[in-house]
Amino acid sequence: MTDHPLPAAVETVRRVREDPHRLGHRGHSDDRPVEGAGHGETGPARKRIIVGYGFWIFLLSDIVMFACFFAAFAVQLHATAGGPGIKDLVEMPRVAWETAALLLSSYTCGLSFAATNARSKLWTQVFLLITGLLGLVFVGLELFEFIGLAQRGIVPQASGFLSAFFGLVGLHGVHVTLAGMWLLTMMAQVQLKGFRPEIVHRLICFNLFWHALDIVWIGIFTIVYLMGATA
Amino acid sequence: MFGKLSWSAIPFDQPIPLITSMILILVIGGTLGLITWKRWWPYLWNEWITSVDHKRIGIMYVLLGVVMLIRGFADAIMMRTQQAVAIGGSQGYLEPEHYNQIFSAHGTIMIFFAAMPLVIGFMNFVVPLQLGVRDVAFPTMNSVSFWLTASGALLVNLSLFVGEFARTGWLPYPPLSEGSYSPGVGVDYYLWAVQISGIGTLMTGINFVTTVLKMRCPGMSYLRMPMFCWTSLGASLLIVAAFPVLTATLAMLSLDRVFGWHFFTADAGGNPMMFMNLIWAWGHPEVYILVLPAFGIFSEIFSTFSGKPLFGYRSMVAATLFICVVSLTVWLHHFFTMGSGPAVNTFFGISTSVIAVGTGVKIYNWIFTMYGGRVRMTVPMLWSMGFIFTFVIGGMTGVLLAVPPADFLVHNSMFLVAHFHNVIVGGVVFALFAGLDYWFPKAFGFRLHEGWGKASFWFAFFGFWVTFTPLYVLGLEGMTRRLQHVNIEAWRPMLQISALGVGLLVIGAACQVIMLVVSIVQRDRLRDDSGDPWDGRSLEWATASPAPFFNFAIMPNVEGEEAYWGIKVKAIESQRLSEEPEYHDIEMPVNSPVGFFTAAFASVTGFALIWQIWWLAGLGFAAAIAGFVVFAWRDVHEFHVPAAEVARVERARRASREALLEQIAAEGATA
Repeated sequence: MTDHPLPAAVETVRRVREDPHRLGHRGHSDDRPVEGAGHGETGPARKRIIVGYGFWIFLLSDIVMFACFFAAFAVQLHATAGGPGIKDLVEMPRVAWETAALLLSSYTCGLSFAATNARSKLWTQVFLLITGLLGLVFVGLELFEFIGLAQRGIVPQASGFLSAFFGLVGLHGVHVTLAGMWLLTMMAQVQLKGFRPEIVHRLICFNLFWHALDIVWIGIFTIVYLMGATA
Repeated sequence: MFGKLSWSAIPFDQPIPLITSMILILVIGGTLGLITWKRWWPYLWNEWITSVDHKRIGIMYVLLGVVMLIRGFADAIMMRTQQAVAIGGSQGYLEPEHYNQIFSAHGTIMIFFAAMPLVIGFMNFVVPLQLGVRDVAFPTMNSVSFWLTASGALLVNLSLFVGEFARTGWLPYPPLSEGSYSPGVGVDYYLWAVQISGIGTLMTGINFVTTVLKMRCPGMSYLRMPMFCWTSLGASLLIVAAFPVLTATLAMLSLDRVFGWHFFTADAGGNPMMFMNLIWAWGHPEVYILVLPAFGIFSEIFSTFSGKPLFGYRSMVAATLFICVVSLTVWLHHFFTMGSGPAVNTFFGISTSVIAVGTGVKIYNWIFTMYGGRVRMTVPMLWSMGFIFTFVIGGMTGVLLAVPPADFLVHNSMFLVAHFHNVIVGGVVFALFAGLDYWFPKAFGFRLHEGWGKASFWFAFFGFWVTFTPLYVLGLEGMTRRLQHVNIEAWRPMLQISALGVGLLVIGAACQVIMLVVSIVQRDRLRDDSGDPWDGRSLEWATASPAPFFNFAIMPNVEGEEAYWGIKVKAIESQRLSEEPEYHDIEMPVNSPVGFFTAAFASVTGFALIWQIWWLAGLGFAAAIAGFVVFAWRDVHEFHVPAAEVARVERARRASREALLEQIAAEGATA
């Protein structure tokens, strides 16, 4: 670097030579790079951003896994081996209640995070509890659905189609169950440790997970149940 | 009580696995005994097993990979020698059942437990150093990843002694792999070993995408990252996109096998071809997960030992990302013969040919990097130049296979076997040996012996070609893969030449071992005091060798491409180092045993699931979950390294650098 200011043209030459592609500048905005956002100019991102970002990447991978089960369902939709097809298993009222419970739980999950942001332990816990109970309602209804189907002899061992159906819907159910266990752990942590940074980071991740499961359910609700009922 | 497990699971009647396992048990027992006798357990536990340092984890990955590489190579020796003798009247020394397990184990071990750990080991060791940061995004998760991979490797090796391994090939194609045709535990060993290590790999992918995108030192913008970071990013993105597919597919096959579902069965509406599509939708990206970091290693080496910046850096980045995307659209070329019709086969034939363009760009870039440079013929450079020759030929046979009508003729023949060994050995394995030599000083503080390294290269290079050229010929003559015995007398010479080639490869491997021993003995002579033994260009050479556990006393501030080269040139021109900065306390993550315990419980769970010991599986899973909860309860996450300690370590490094500068100045004065 020089000690005295260079003429503008020389300054430009220097900048082009040192940084020919204007890498140190963000093209789409005049704003300075955000400190701690991990954009490269300013060094590593803050922990909160790293944790959230990593969890988003995990969610993408999880959704790829669901995509495989969706693909299997699409491939085997008609592979019923003479057994029951999708029309024979859809019970719309029950599915409507399941969907309502899960979507509502997403809303209360969001409220719990609003309470977290306000650092209200009481309301965070209340809304997490409601979220968990609604999740329990969802899993319970699904379990009854599966038991009811099994009593009619509709089990995954009966045909390729039923394997794909129970695989896809069951995978989601397992996810919600595991998320419920995580929720209980989070409630205990919030209660005993309060809103430490790492606890808040985990609450962010839990929220992302719960909402992602909702989005997957919307896919299942549409592709398996709605399209199945009208098939 | 013990599910399907009984004493009959132990192969008392088969001498080869029995003797091998006895030797293995003696070696492992002896090692453990030695560790106990020498009282090394506290050191191992505190410094390695519970370590969350990315360099330590990287070294452990490489160690695991090398051990499994030898294990897989032993399988290869058995296959080539069996085929060289089992012609016409002779049946050779391996029973068909045993031979089928060997080729299945060879492929599984080489891809999942040798190549993957080695590639991920290098990513672990190098990427944070090159990015100028102190660790990966999630250090503890990194440890979990490693130990889950080790758990998978343990299960595969256990199959040698307890039960059997799959006889279905390295990808368990149904309906053969279904319960009705493979009722034993072999396929279950495969499924759970790969499933457990696959979850570890997925976590690695997430970790490295986040690390590269969100953890770079100040000034390290995307287009200033060293090529190896770019290719590691590409590989990690592919892991995130592809490994969930593997998890899902293996889960479906497990459901079929254990509970009698019908995802892939040949009856009741199951669809075996769905398995081929799903597994290769993972499998082809997997090839690029292995080879992209290899490309990165070669890029670093060509640039360093040519004394030039990498030619066409930006086109290299573009080619990497191009390969990354297109690799997800070529999977069907693994089964053109499935009969999808001309339109589908044409699409995948063209996409397969097109992906070679990206690789071609890279090849030319490497050649032009050498052009006009001062090329130093070191061991890493020899491997790299051998790679270009080998890989180009492997690539061309690949493009040949990409043409569906041609593929129909050599599908599943020895030609295919020769082709994929040509690209994986020539591409990935050569890169791993090159990288081992290149980064070894950074890991241990001394270089590897050059003479033995060169000997190893030449034996491996010629050994490779002597082994696999005959297989190309045999494939064109119609020999299919995975044959325990052939009836055609005319193939004898080619099979024997191939076995001779394996002999050369064995000598090459022996040279590697001797190189390691000689280097350790002569380590004082080979010591690297400068931290920059190769006149390097990226940030890992800016720190001491071996790198201190916090990597950098002060996070570097990058001002251009080739971050370290700029700093170095400036220091040499001004004949002094930059001003000594003010040192601050550094926060580093604390060690954690959670990875080790999780993997231990995962191994128990996996073993229980293989033998269908349900209570034990439940117990193991619950224990793994409980381990995580206990881990989540910890209160201390980081410890402080006091500024005085940072200053002490850094001043030692600066002193050696200053000595080097004086030496350069003195040489300049006499010249």
